[in-house]
Order: sequence, then C-alpha cells, then structure tokens
Amino acid sequence: MRVRRFGDGALLVELGGVEEVVALYDTLAAAPPQGVTDLVPAARTLLVRFDGVRPETVEAAVLAVRPRTGRRAVSGEVTIPVVYDGADLAEVSGLTGLTTREVIAAHTGTPWIVAFCGFSPGFGYLTGGDPRLDVPRRPESRVRVPPGSVALAAGFSAVYPRESPGGWRLLGHTTLQIWDLTASPPALLRPGTRVHFTEAGP
Amino acid sequence: MTDRRVLEVLAPGPMTTVQDLGRPGLAHLGVGRSGAADREALRLANRLLANPEGAAGLEVTMGGLVVRSHCHLLVALTGAPSPASLTTAEGRTRGVGHSAVECLPPGSVLRLGHPPYGLRTYLAVRGGLAVAEVLGSRSTDTMAGLGPPRPTTGTLLPVGPPPAAFPLIDLAPVPRPPSGETILEVLPGPRHDWFSPEALDSLCSAPYEVTTQSDRIGMRLRGPHLARANPGELPTEGMVPGALQVPPSGQPTLFLADHPVTGGYPVIAVVRTSHVDRAAQARPGDHIRFRIGR
Repeated sequence: MRVRRFGDGALLVELGGVEEVVALYDTLAAAPPQGVTDLVPAARTLLVRFDGVRPETVEAAVLAVRPRTGRRAVSGEVTIPVVYDGADLAEVSGLTGLTTREVIAAHTGTPWIVAFCGFSPGFGYLTGGDPRLDVPRRPESRVRVPPGSVALAAGFSAVYPRESPGGWRLLGHTTLQIWDLTASPPALLRPGTRVHFTEAGP
Repeated sequence: MTDRRVLEVLAPGPMTTVQDLGRPGLAHLGVGRSGAADREALRLANRLLANPEGAAGLEVTMGGLVVRSHCHLLVALTGAPSPASLTTAEGRTRGVGHSAVECLPPGSVLRLGHPPYGLRTYLAVRGGLAVAEVLGSRSTDTMAGLGPPRPTTGTLLPVGPPPAAFPLIDLAPVPRPPSGETILEVLPGPRHDWFSPEALDSLCSAPYEVTTQSDRIGMRLRGPHLARANPGELPTEGMVPGALQVPPSGQPTLFLADHPVTGGYPVIAVVRTSHVDRAAQARPGDHIRFRIGR
C-alpha cells in the first residue's frame, strides 16, 4: 500500500489489484476516518476525499487500517438475466477463439464482482470473470449504446445503466433496471456486489 | 400577478443552471459531487440572505438572465459582477448592487448584463430555490445528466419559505474576480512522476490561455507543453476538482465541478482547493498562471 497526495483535499492509495482495492474500500466505507467525504475505488487505487481535516491525519488513519484479506468481501448478490443478442457477439467469438455458445457459457459460468463505478452514474466495472473473455475495446466508440446493454472490454464486463456513447463490445441486453433514481441507493451494482449472469433465452 | 413565491425565468441567458453545494458521498456509485462551480460565491450570496450556505440558487454564465418575481423576494448577486437592473411593475428602472441584499417587489423584472470580468454570477433568493432534489441535491450535473433541467424561458422556479434568521448586513465587500490573469497555486499531483523532470517547471513557466473548450466539467488550457517521461497507459483512477489531467497532447485540462468521477490520464498537479473557485471564474481568452505551493 502506497499513499500519494492528490492536492490538499484527497489521497490516492495505490494497491496491488482490484481485490485489495475492494477490501480497503469495504473497510473504510464501514468506518470512514473523520473528515472523509468520498471513497472512489478504481482498478488499482482508492481515492479518499476529505474536507476540514489535514491530509496527514487522514493518511495516518488510512495507514492504520487493516483491510480484511483472503476471501474477497462481498456486499450483495445480483442475478442478471441476459438475452445474448449483442451486435458484437460474433466479433467476441472471433477475438477469443471461442464459439458463440462458449462465449455465453464463459460469461454466465463464472461470478463477477463490481470493482468500482465510473464513466456514468451506476456504471459498474465487473472483474473476476472468465479470463478467456479479455477482449480490447472497439476501435471506434458507438455514439449510442442502448440502456441495459451487456458488454465486455479490457478484462471487465459491464451493463450500461443509461443510453450513452460507448466503445465496449456488446454481448446482449438485460431488461433489469441497473440505475433507478427512485431506489435507495439508485445503483444496483455497487463496489463489492457479486454478479451472476444467466441466459434469458431469445 | 399572483403572490406565489415563484421566480419566473423570462430569458435564461447562454447558460444558467440551478446549483447548490452538490451531492457528496456518492462517488463510489459513479455520481460526482457537482454543485456551484464557484462554491464560495454561492455561499456568500446565501449568507447575505441568512439562508443556509447550501441553499440552491442560479449559476448564471456570462449574464443574460432575466427573471420576474411573483412576490416580494430578497435576492443577492455574487461572483462575476454582471451589471444588473430592476424594472418595477410600474415601469421604473434602477440599478442593482453586487454582493448586496436587494428586494424584488411583486411583478418586478431583474436583468443581468454581460459581466466585464469573471464568468459565473450567482443569484440567490431568500428561502432558496425549492426545485425537486435529485439524490439529495438540487444541482444540475451537466456530465452525468442528473438534477433539475436547465431553466428556459417560462420556467417557474419555486422559492422555499424564508428561514427564521434575518440578514445582518446588506453589503459584503469582496475582492473582484481576477481579470486577464489568474494566479492559481498548485500542489504536485499524484502522477507528476509520469512526466519529464522539467514538466512541473514548464507548467509554471508561462501563463496558459483558457480555451473556448471550457465548461462546468473542465477547462482545456493552451500553453507550455508538458512532456511525459512514462508513455504507459494509466489504469482508470479517481479524480477531484482542480486536477490538472494531461492527455497525450501535452496540454492540460483543469477539472471543475462536473468533472468525471474517474479518469484515465495522469494528473501532473492539483489546484489548491481554496483556489478552484477562482479558476471557475476564468473565462475563455483569460490567462492562468500556476505557482507551486507547499
């Protein structure tokens, strides 16, 4: 764990990988040090934003934390039924060397975990799935990706919460609402949530 | 004219949004804080009216706002000093002070001109704007598409009940927003070591021009090139307002209130929190000079 200053209102904690990030995030979110306002987990870092306290104080508090290690912390489980009819399914099959059926089996066969959210509200970056599904982004971003699109890129899977531009490879879609402003919290997929994809049929 | 506590928008100007102090604590869901770009100016306007500091007001970019009051309302203008005038229902027109408490009688029209310097003017109303909250805030996050819609001609903005406390002063002497050249103190960023050893000196060697590609999300700056030492790809990481992110062009972007929650370009330096408000008042064509703080 290495702590870097991010201006006078935040620290960036560098960690060994997503599992360590989620573990530290869970530990700090459960009992945030005084003055901490936001925690932003990402691929290899946790951003700690604070207000009204000195950076040294927060740094000392973060360094004193002993995140749970070993078994990955899981907060909540979600099953997402997917219709595998995505525009890039055949391309993913070509990139991975798997048949379309094998791509679907790989995507549904291993549970994923939300490492962090970003890009747009409720957009969760899912890790921990089948390593054969590591495909690059599309060379060109689509202007419009429909809400509920289930996609892959750079070792992550995701479900687009709202219509937005996007460069990930589309495998299919779900009708499950991923972002609901009337729900509390509005994001279905939050850091630490375990996600199972199932095939919903055509 | 009714006596409902309502402010009617007759013209929104080029860019007007409702803003409060934003929605902290949701960054882990991909929701940024947003809120007033010049937080101190909104706070001051609210303090003048004895409102809670975080009451919602209008953030008016480059003036142009025209509103009509449907009742007696106390208002205050802060931030960029747009020349303002008030025309009563009887047709008499007079000037309106800046950073001062002013009364709008029923049926009167308040007009904001083009500020001679600064970018964002705040109009606060005693009682605060009572538009619906989204995730605990009345701020419009222009990037995430959250919060109330942008007021347009004909929008009726409800005003909340006046607080129990009364205004104590009717004028706040504040320094004018900088014109021409803004000096911003920066601290070395978390990824300054991804740049050449001279890059931090380059950042402070000459002023940067604020380009027209600037909005509530951030300001693209044009000035000394910031050379990378590490050409690698940075995994996505969390961002803050004031972060100076450097894309491969070598020209920095200064993040403001609606910045993305995470970003993928290295941050060479971060503007001191207390100077981010000042940055938000620099307008296209203005110059920013960075100075390394400690």
